[in-house]
Amino acid sequence: MEYDTITAISTPMGEGAIAIVRLSGSEAIQIADSIYIGKKSLKEVESHTIHYGKLIEPKTGEAVEEVMVSIMKGPRTFTREDVVEINCHGGIVSVNRVLQLVLNNGARLAEPGEFTKRAFLNGRIDLSQAEAVMDLIRAKTDRAMNVALNQMEGRLSKLVGKLRQTLLETIAHVEVNIDYPEYDAEEMTHSLLNEKLTYVKREVDKILTTAQQGKILREGLSTAIIGRPNVGKSSLMNALVHENKAIVTDVAGTTRDVIEEYVNVRGVPLRLVDTAGIRETEDIVERIGVEKSRKVLKESDLILLVVNHNEPLSQEDENLFEAVKGLDVIVIVNKTDLEQEIDMNRVKELAGRHPVITTSLLHEEGIDLLEEGIAQLFFQGGIESQDITYVSNSRHIALLQQTIHHIDEALNGIELNLPVDMVQIDITRAWEILGEIIGDTVSESLIDQLFSQFCLGK
Amino acid sequence: MGYDAGRFDVIVVGAGHAGVEAALASARMGAETLCLTLNLDTIAYMPCNPSVGGPAKGIVVRELDALGGEMARNIDKTHIQMRMLNTGKGPAVRALRAQADKFMYQNEMKKTMENTENLTLRQGMVERLLIEDGVCKGVVTKTGAEYHASAVVLTTGTYLRGKIIIGELSYESGPNNMQPSVNLSYHLQELGFQMVRFKTGTPPRVNSKTIDYSVTEIQPGDEVPRAFSYETTKYITDQLPCWLTYTSPETHELINGNLHRSPMYSGMIEGTGPRYCPSIEDKIVRFNDKPRHQIFLEPEGRNTEEVYVQGLSTSLPEDVQRKILSTIPGLEKAELMRAGYAIEYDAIVPTQLWPTLETKNVEGLFTAGQLNGTSGYEEAAGQGVMAGINAALKVQNKEPLVLDRSEAYIGVLIDDLITKGTNEPYRLLTSRAEYRLLLRHDNADLRLTEKGYEIGLIPQERYDRFAEKKEKIKQEIERLEHVTVKPSPEVQDILQGAKSSPLKEPMTAATLLKRPEITYDVIAQIHPSETPVDEVIAEQVEIQVKYAGYIDKQLAQVDRMRKMENKKLPADLDYGAINGLATEAKQKLLEVRPLSVGQASRVSGVNPADISILLVYLEQGKLAKLAR
Repeated sequence: MEYDTITAISTPMGEGAIAIVRLSGSEAIQIADSIYIGKKSLKEVESHTIHYGKLIEPKTGEAVEEVMVSIMKGPRTFTREDVVEINCHGGIVSVNRVLQLVLNNGARLAEPGEFTKRAFLNGRIDLSQAEAVMDLIRAKTDRAMNVALNQMEGRLSKLVGKLRQTLLETIAHVEVNIDYPEYDAEEMTHSLLNEKLTYVKREVDKILTTAQQGKILREGLSTAIIGRPNVGKSSLMNALVHENKAIVTDVAGTTRDVIEEYVNVRGVPLRLVDTAGIRETEDIVERIGVEKSRKVLKESDLILLVVNHNEPLSQEDENLFEAVKGLDVIVIVNKTDLEQEIDMNRVKELAGRHPVITTSLLHEEGIDLLEEGIAQLFFQGGIESQDITYVSNSRHIALLQQTIHHIDEALNGIELNLPVDMVQIDITRAWEILGEIIGDTVSESLIDQLFSQFCLGK
Repeated sequence: MGYDAGRFDVIVVGAGHAGVEAALASARMGAETLCLTLNLDTIAYMPCNPSVGGPAKGIVVRELDALGGEMARNIDKTHIQMRMLNTGKGPAVRALRAQADKFMYQNEMKKTMENTENLTLRQGMVERLLIEDGVCKGVVTKTGAEYHASAVVLTTGTYLRGKIIIGELSYESGPNNMQPSVNLSYHLQELGFQMVRFKTGTPPRVNSKTIDYSVTEIQPGDEVPRAFSYETTKYITDQLPCWLTYTSPETHELINGNLHRSPMYSGMIEGTGPRYCPSIEDKIVRFNDKPRHQIFLEPEGRNTEEVYVQGLSTSLPEDVQRKILSTIPGLEKAELMRAGYAIEYDAIVPTQLWPTLETKNVEGLFTAGQLNGTSGYEEAAGQGVMAGINAALKVQNKEPLVLDRSEAYIGVLIDDLITKGTNEPYRLLTSRAEYRLLLRHDNADLRLTEKGYEIGLIPQERYDRFAEKKEKIKQEIERLEHVTVKPSPEVQDILQGAKSSPLKEPMTAATLLKRPEITYDVIAQIHPSETPVDEVIAEQVEIQVKYAGYIDKQLAQVDRMRKMENKKLPADLDYGAINGLATEAKQKLLEVRPLSVGQASRVSGVNPADISILLVYLEQGKLAKLAR
């Protein structure tokens, strides 16, 4: 609805060392202040000033992130409402933590383009031709709907649908007890509710950890560098680690001793994986055969296949290409500082739709192109789709976490022995939120609420 | 042909549960009101179950009372038992239900109507409306009487082209073999109203003397005296019990063996029946794994032997009905006094109404009750009172009264009907209310008395008592928020007695009351008020304090909803001319013609993208230009 406090990540992913989480609405400053520790309370500072401080988890006091916070009071802002911009470290992990913190403390995730919409509705932007804007809205909605439909067929959608069904059955059970108290249906007891909710919570937790994006966020894209001996795999790894500061994070599942293998390439966290990693893969195909190595390589999210510019393609190289068919691959032709002996046409032929990048790791040439290639592959190119992909993922995670929040509230209510109809308020909310993820249109077309007119974070 | 039979401000057609409330409200507001009914002996007649209230419905009865309606007071005077349901659950879903003496209920209501100023009660069958330039100016009866008025409220119940079906037999009839109203339905269609055909049903009645109660379970009323009306002070203590029995395997076998004779399955019935109130044959076909179904035996009154067999609604042939009864424990020898039947009737598609229940087609014409596609006495009465109020307000040139979804179940009911329509007889359920924690039975007076007072339905004296109660609640809550409870040995003792954990540090009495196991009585024990409050106030204080967290959350949702409700849309907006609206949205919006963006957002087929587009137009001031 209108005029509550909305938030979103307003910088594009994959660029720059910093990212901005923006809030707009009457409670923007209060929400920011509730998670901020600095010299002064944000409520007391002048408008249009910027402040250094730390974000904390208010419940535990744990520090989350070093930030710069800009305070801009309405109406002299983009939306004409109070606006807060939190500048934090770039990259998916840190910026998502900040977003999550803001969401958990009273803001609502903005619909795509909602900042612009508010600016428009508050009369900040004078659009003389409203019709043109309307056409734009409609066109974008239709395109976004296609994305939604694709996702609806996905695995996430199936799992969420199943959980919604469980919740719905539970809700219906509670309702029948309320509306038909004398009907001889089994009473939905607290212990029965507890059981159902614990199950749903566990499953949502699982989705959060195993859904592709959740996996990327928590662990980074698992990345294998493969190639014959002496093509420059170690140099490539060093170059990537060197160029990009390692991600220092205490995200669950990462341990200190493997932390050097995490790199952040233009906002995409990569995990240079051990299993199909450097040393073992030297002769992986020879050792275990194409089929088996394929299986191993399939577990990687991204494969960097390195070949030597200075040598003709060998059978071994061809085997490697065969082994990675159908996977997400970037082909790197290294050692351009040396004579060309490789048949580039054949390389491109073998690479097919995969990008081919030439580098001289020795002279630090071409690394930019590689990074660009990685970012593009992750964001599937094109700024448009980049936004949508990112938006929906970010929404999914936020929504799944909100689901858990409401299930926790419900479980808490059960613990406190609150009446079942109170507990149900949160169960229903959890059900609705899960519905927003899959854009279930059965109850009042949430699909458009999810994928509405504008692009997020503008 | 016709003759001039007089002039009134408001004419109410029908004297069922919608009609009586409409007529009483209108007359009490000072409008000269005529109430026309097919039969003066069946005022406020209960053709189906002899009961009033229950979840959601019981709250409607209290809302009616707070608005000055009659149903609550009337049932308080005429019930045979009352029970509070859902006492083991939260305060929001508690609900009162009464078993009525349906004959006393009718007599009492008739007496009240006859003794109401400005109200004329008359027998007559209305066959058509007097329409001038699209405005309703009166009605014409079968006998040629032309009554003139500035507003007409139609509450025709299940009489419009009513048809009773029992097995292979069917005939034109209103409920319980009363005269159906045929011509009026055709007349409404001629006026351009879109009609639907609905179906409902009723079970057989049996003679109490032939029931063997010894094999059934007794269902007594509550021992604590109860009342619907906030004004009732005299309670009925002499209550009659109901009884519970079950269908047997033989019942199911018998019904399965006779399905071919059921009009439901032979295709004889074309009307849509309600899912929530299926006939016994429906239950057995659709839930064939359920080994037995409950059958409640409910006396129809104190001075009759007729017993209503709740749960056995059926349209099977009479001979089968008799056999079914003989398979049910306790009813083996029961004598069938009236057979159950299904009834089909015409209703109007309720999206043709404004939120005031005035029709969009014909100005000055209001409709309420089953005619609008609902089912249930309480739903009918709730609409009746609102139609009566708005008809009178219109005649008096005053602003209409519309309740929103956060103010009353009546608001939820009417908004659902006029915004979403219904494809089966509509029944209120607590789950239809998104703010049900606010719409409690205990606070209906706090929600609505003010409004009832403003329109003149709540007398000054009653209003003063209400204001005093409201003030006392406020003061007591304030007191609890300021009184500190210290962890003294006495306090710890009391807490232990209440099975609550000891205090570690001082806290306000209000904070302590938030603990689920702590009641107001425990608080009063620790820190009694100087001026002790009565039970009703104590209950209110306890609910408001204990559930403040949840209540505040819902209030915040209501705030957001109101912002959208306050964005008004012109009724004659040409949605077809708005670029960007989806085709389906355009069609639906043109049909429903919502009066606010909030209402538009609840129309099925209208999605948030369409709402955004409407908002943009609204802000651009373009809506005014597009108005036709």
